[in-house]
Amino acid sequence: MSLAWFARRLLLMVYTVIVVSMLVFAITQVLPADAAQSLLGENATPEMLAALRAKLGLGAPAWQQYLHWAGRVFTGDFGISMRTSQPVGPEMLSALSRSLLLAASSILVTLVVAVPLGVVAALRQGRLADTGVSLIAYLGVSLPEFVTATLLALLLADTLHWLPATGYVSPLEHFGDGISHLALPVLTISVILIAHVMRMMRSETLDVLKSDYIRAARLKGLPERTVLFRHALRNALLPVVTIIALDVGYLLGGIIVIEEIFAIPGIGRALMVAITARDLPSIQAGALIMAATYAVTNTLADMAYAALDPRIRYD
Amino acid sequence: MIELFVRLIRRPQGLVGVTLLALIAIACLFGPALAPYAPEKIDFLGRFRPPGWQNWLGADQFGRDILSRLMVGARSTVPMALIATFVGSAAGAIIGVGSAYLGGRTDEAIMRTNDAVMAIPGLLLALLLVSTLGNGAGNAVIAIAVAFAPGMARVTRSVALNVRNQDYVKAAIARGEGAVWIIFREMLPNVMAPIVIESTIRVSFAVMLFATLSFLGVGAQPPASEWGLMVADARQYMYQAPWGLIMPSTAIALTAIAFNLVGDGLRDALNPKDER
Repeated sequence: MSLAWFARRLLLMVYTVIVVSMLVFAITQVLPADAAQSLLGENATPEMLAALRAKLGLGAPAWQQYLHWAGRVFTGDFGISMRTSQPVGPEMLSALSRSLLLAASSILVTLVVAVPLGVVAALRQGRLADTGVSLIAYLGVSLPEFVTATLLALLLADTLHWLPATGYVSPLEHFGDGISHLALPVLTISVILIAHVMRMMRSETLDVLKSDYIRAARLKGLPERTVLFRHALRNALLPVVTIIALDVGYLLGGIIVIEEIFAIPGIGRALMVAITARDLPSIQAGALIMAATYAVTNTLADMAYAALDPRIRYD
Repeated sequence: MIELFVRLIRRPQGLVGVTLLALIAIACLFGPALAPYAPEKIDFLGRFRPPGWQNWLGADQFGRDILSRLMVGARSTVPMALIATFVGSAAGAIIGVGSAYLGGRTDEAIMRTNDAVMAIPGLLLALLLVSTLGNGAGNAVIAIAVAFAPGMARVTRSVALNVRNQDYVKAAIARGEGAVWIIFREMLPNVMAPIVIESTIRVSFAVMLFATLSFLGVGAQPPASEWGLMVADARQYMYQAPWGLIMPSTAIALTAIAFNLVGDGLRDALNPKDER
């Protein structure tokens, strides 16, 4: 991993965040013919409209509005929420921390379950275990999050009463309670991620097992266990880094629905509340923070991949 | 074409997918005529009636027949997903082929920007667009189409780069054909196969995304019996009448599975060598 590649990758990340910020701003503030009118609704008085227009700087040309907004965002000032009259930035960031906890736990559960299952499916290619695993993977990707979430809640919370249906308790304050409140949302996200990672792991393992160096290892007389764990898995695991990074993008989208259903005060829910209340600064901050999080994770994953696999030479 | 179809349905996955798709198509075309009840027919004696001979899939909180609502609702769910996928794929394909044709630094700039747009999760982009354009099925379709375009552009471009180097494209450039002619008449037809496969699989995402938007209250609006909306309605009563929840969920899942199976089947049918 050369320094030039490293710098280039960072530059790309900055470019991504800039493009995203432009797009978010364009959709929320420039695209509506009269943002003030659409924010306040039909009952707004002319005075209220004029006041809001002045506050948002709607009189200026779009690029000036953008630069003004971007300049403030760059210094960490996302504006004042129109709903709560509190600064948006700190509120969104603390919501993000709860979402990241949810995301990280889901990824952990996914890795623990999906990697072994994918390997087993590959080793028993075409047999019952493989078919079963593939079938479950298919179901996982064919159910929208809101369906998986509601069905799991119906089963585990309403029928069996094993877990609380909604709400959030910080695991830092009450560990047991916090974990049990996180269990359903984590399970829902994991179902979908497990399907992705498992399919990937299966096809990677199949590919690696067909390669020449595995044949060489077997011909050398190494026991099958050594071949699998020391030689095959090391390479088969590499692309999982990438697929997890790509899934973070999916995760951030899916989290909107999941947090809404399970009433978790994360960034997805904050965004939904902002959209419903037409709270422009919060919508802009929420969307930008989510997309930026994805850009950063993706960059980190690329770097991790390059560091883990010395064969890859980027120019 | 026929040979492809035969290869598609020779495998059990393909056959199941095609059969499911045929059933869905019938529901979309003839749903209202075939439905046993009117979808809005309220029957207060039959509230929360479990599945049985009167209501095959049960009744909801107003005693409305769930099967009838599903059959009529197919129209407000599946065609929307198809239109969104078609528009999004077409836009993405044109961007992808155009970028590959232009090549060099322009291609690089277009694709980097495209990748940047992809950093916004699809659901988030769709939500932002719908919140600006206004709630409703039509705007949800536009939003999904926009959210799909960058992904399709990336897929198309990777295929189009190979096509760009083919002799017939070079010949067209040498003949002095215009960019529009080369993109639409020379390059696009030769990247169609992967686009069609990718789009078929994406329809299942579109079905789920559209249902999700309706579920969140920004897509199809009541009293439409859109499937996502039916799930949202039934959640309140999920303890009394879980069938109200399970039936539309199953409909969404089966539709998504059908398009997935057919998409995967098409890919296998077109690349018979690939065993995965």
